[in-house]
Amino acid sequence: MEDKKVLVQVKNLKKYFNMGGGGLFGKKNAAILKAVDDVTFDIYEGETLGLVGESGCGKTTLGRTIMRLYDPTGGEILFEGTDISKMNAKELSPFRKNMHMIFQDPYASLNPRMTVSEIIMESMINDTDLPADKRKERVLELLDLVGLNSDHATRFPHEFSGGQRQRVGIARSLAANPKFIVCDEPISALDVSIQAQVVNLLKELQHKYGLTYLFIAHDLSMVQYISDRVGVMYLGKLVELADSDTLYSRPLHPYTEALMSAIPIPDPDTEENKRRIIVEGEVPSPINPPSGCAFNTRCPKAADRCRKECPKLQEIQPGHFVACHLYEK
Amino acid sequence: MAKVLEVKDLCTSFFTKFGEVKAVNHVSFDLEEGDVLAIVGESGSGKSVTSMSVMGLVAKGGKIVNGEINFCGQNLVGLPEKEMEKLRGKEMSMIFQDPMTCLNPVFTIGNQMEEVLKFHHKEMDKQQRHDKMIEMLEKVGMSNPEERLKQYPHELSGGMRQRIMIALSLLCSPKLLIADEPTTALDVTIQAQIMDLMRELSQEINTSIILITHDLGVVASIAKRVIVMYCGQIVENAAIKELYYNPKHPYTWGLLKALPRLDMKENELQPIPGSTPDLLLEMKGCPFFDRCEHAMECCREAQPPYYEVEPNHLVKCWRYHPDFKEEP
Repeated sequence: MEDKKVLVQVKNLKKYFNMGGGGLFGKKNAAILKAVDDVTFDIYEGETLGLVGESGCGKTTLGRTIMRLYDPTGGEILFEGTDISKMNAKELSPFRKNMHMIFQDPYASLNPRMTVSEIIMESMINDTDLPADKRKERVLELLDLVGLNSDHATRFPHEFSGGQRQRVGIARSLAANPKFIVCDEPISALDVSIQAQVVNLLKELQHKYGLTYLFIAHDLSMVQYISDRVGVMYLGKLVELADSDTLYSRPLHPYTEALMSAIPIPDPDTEENKRRIIVEGEVPSPINPPSGCAFNTRCPKAADRCRKECPKLQEIQPGHFVACHLYEK
Repeated sequence: MAKVLEVKDLCTSFFTKFGEVKAVNHVSFDLEEGDVLAIVGESGSGKSVTSMSVMGLVAKGGKIVNGEINFCGQNLVGLPEKEMEKLRGKEMSMIFQDPMTCLNPVFTIGNQMEEVLKFHHKEMDKQQRHDKMIEMLEKVGMSNPEERLKQYPHELSGGMRQRIMIALSLLCSPKLLIADEPTTALDVTIQAQIMDLMRELSQEINTSIILITHDLGVVASIAKRVIVMYCGQIVENAAIKELYYNPKHPYTWGLLKALPRLDMKENELQPIPGSTPDLLLEMKGCPFFDRCEHAMECCREAQPPYYEVEPNHLVKCWRYHPDFKEEP
């Protein structure tokens, strides 16, 4: 792989939630939910890293922890080489403008009492030193960029359709010229024809500004389409990471295999002749995950070792990481 | 084959303070015994209202204003509520998108299943009802069926709740099952399990299915016929392979081109420009007019009729008028 600059480095990141319980004074036996458990990966400058997994696998928590919307339980997050995982709000503020987030629900993530221009300006006031008289101009520029027009600036979020709202969210995330954007399921709430519009817009903006995306979604075909590399998560752990073509054509981890074969393809002939791997059962609770490999309860290839020992994420081929005993050297 | 359902010229409107919204606008289709019919369309296209009209469950403020719904030879439009109640759950039933909100949280699974049997099969005694429930739960692949009967919906995961919904809806071996986005709220691996289950059970019980979805991938894996709806109208109605390999309506082209596919890389997604029009506004011409790349002058002026381009392949588009010529 050629020398690419690492923008964000995530090292052994952990985020645990305390679920309460354990008696009146006893914090000892409290149930702990390991939403993100020992995850390590790099994000290169200018790439799109896709993150897929089923609900409850910790992909959103991971995205939010990297953004420091949650305080990590352990591990490091290096942004351009500086560890931001333990910074307080004040120390963090110069970094804030370099990273932004686009949220899943375009209805809930825009303040209904603010006009579009106020929503976009808020981020400029906080993160940039743009003088007040220039802000208005910048808002119009951003709106134009995301395919809305200047009439829209004075309107309120409820006057827009879902796709338009998501465009407002994108304009807001670009307001402070960030380098890195976490897109948390930005298209799941939209209709098919609108999804393609928003994804193409994101791609275009990336070209123009050299943005780096962490693209979180459960729609695997869309993730493959937009991402350069894709990571697969299962129960708080990263089980496979590879560039997107390799991952989809030659998945190694049994979970990735099953996930790929479960995606319905809009082609009746392909569907008829497809060899489907149906994994039995459901995702176990992250509060009490199975011992050993988290996937061993559903894995068709599970052996004794998988029930005892948790496999580590290893680089099997250049750039292809997998956490499975089957591929250990 | 016998026709289970025949919908003729159905119009369902909602009367709001802003005016009449024609949610379903002159919709006609047939469903044959044992068939799986998919209705696809974006939100607001009227696919759910069509199915609610068939079930006689149109929400308050809405009304069937025109048309016939012939279910096994009986017209359901205007049928008294008492009569509908006898059919619903027994002859036709429905699975909804969100299994949490359609199961009653304060009753156990057993209570809710027994209720259906008590209502529709008064001749069954307690033991028979119990056996029937256990049999059904086993069929939908639930482990420990005895235990499950005593559990409440919140104790089950999304996939299991959807299995319970399927068990509930198939308890009386209905002739028609309407599944409204049955897997949208589920993860892909669970979705694959549920779709497999529906495929098996429908063949076993010989139930006809109307599958309502926006996911063209799911449609390809199960349906035999597909109806594409846009703004309350059917724009294309074709057998599954016809629709995927020989689509005729510009909207269907758009839908298929807007999808990323795992088996094809590097073709740019082509979104349909714009968004769906406001249904409150009176439409003179084709509702897809202002988003359509191939729109012509006549599309603005008048609604196209249905053209049968191939046997059993209907398209509502002026492009298939005998006098139409492709512009160079």
